[in-house]
Amino acid sequence: MQEARGKSQVAGRKTLWIVAGLAAVLAGLLIVGVVAAQGGTVTDDQVNAIAKRLNCPVCENVPLDVCETQACVQWRDLIRQKLAAGEKPEQIINYFQATYGDRVLQEPPRGGFTGLVWILPFVGLVAGVAILVIVLRRMTAQPAPVKLEAAPSEPADEYRERLERELQELQ
Amino acid sequence: MSEAALPSTKKTGRSIWRVIALLAVAGLVMALALQLRARNATQPTSGAAPDFTLKVYSGYDGGLGKPEIRLADLRRQVVFVNFWASWCVPCRDEQPALEQVWRQYRSKGVVFVGVDYVDTEPAALKYLAEFGVSYPNGPDLGTKISQKYRIQGVPESFLIDRQGNIVLFKIAPISEAELIAELDKALAK
Repeated sequence: MQEARGKSQVAGRKTLWIVAGLAAVLAGLLIVGVVAAQGGTVTDDQVNAIAKRLNCPVCENVPLDVCETQACVQWRDLIRQKLAAGEKPEQIINYFQATYGDRVLQEPPRGGFTGLVWILPFVGLVAGVAILVIVLRRMTAQPAPVKLEAAPSEPADEYRERLERELQELQ
Repeated sequence: MSEAALPSTKKTGRSIWRVIALLAVAGLVMALALQLRARNATQPTSGAAPDFTLKVYSGYDGGLGKPEIRLADLRRQVVFVNFWASWCVPCRDEQPALEQVWRQYRSKGVVFVGVDYVDTEPAALKYLAEFGVSYPNGPDLGTKISQKYRIQGVPESFLIDRQGNIVLFKIAPISEAELIAELDKALAK
């Protein structure tokens, strides 16, 4: 009788261990699934921090982080995958620039023709200040003294002479 | 140096600066005009098709056995270039017809080339597998090809004859019947 009870207790313990083991495996799978669904430890903020530096590929000047087109959803997914794979934000930005061209960047690159976007405002400012200085200097400059010369004697005016002569005659 | 020479040197210096400033302004205006012209240009609908090199996705060389496809190397064949993307809904509508026609014409001196526009590789590969696409396909790296063809969206297609000239431009999904008719016309030339 006691032997049978002992066997039953052992079997009960074994069942308990099996159930506990299965529960642990299930819990582990659940955790892995949740983490995988969230793209590892990558948060939306991390994805958007990179996405806001990029443009939507199909809309004009719409940042990637706020665009809801299917293309942008896919691009943000790719950013998430790359972050989960351990890539740094700059590596991801460089990947997008190399793959899709300069126009995907929110901030135009500083080299090449688009570099003019950065240089021209300063060039314009310097040129404007220079023109203003030149104009102001010219406006405030003292006029050079004008050398007065004796007016050349005018040729005798025959009408005046006649008038004077006639006036004298009248007197 | 004589005194009389001084003002003359000053004048020459000023003239040089004026010429430089004028040239700089002219250059800038010309660059902006060229940019504007390029921006307003539309798709080529005739004449020589712009050459390009497409690095194909792994497993999507269409049996050509090359990791890259150069349009110029396909001269003497009729080439159908299709710009598409996995996120493009109308592309999905025309895709089965494209694959069908490609299988029908691949042995008749016709090459199909799929240019994947601003797409992500995982989504693109999923799309290609979903439709069982077997003709050459690759990403438009740096959007260089789409810029050459000045596409405004996807899908857009170009048919190029054996001499390398564009004979058809289609800005919407192309139907199987239309594609077959155009291919037959190009092959008969």
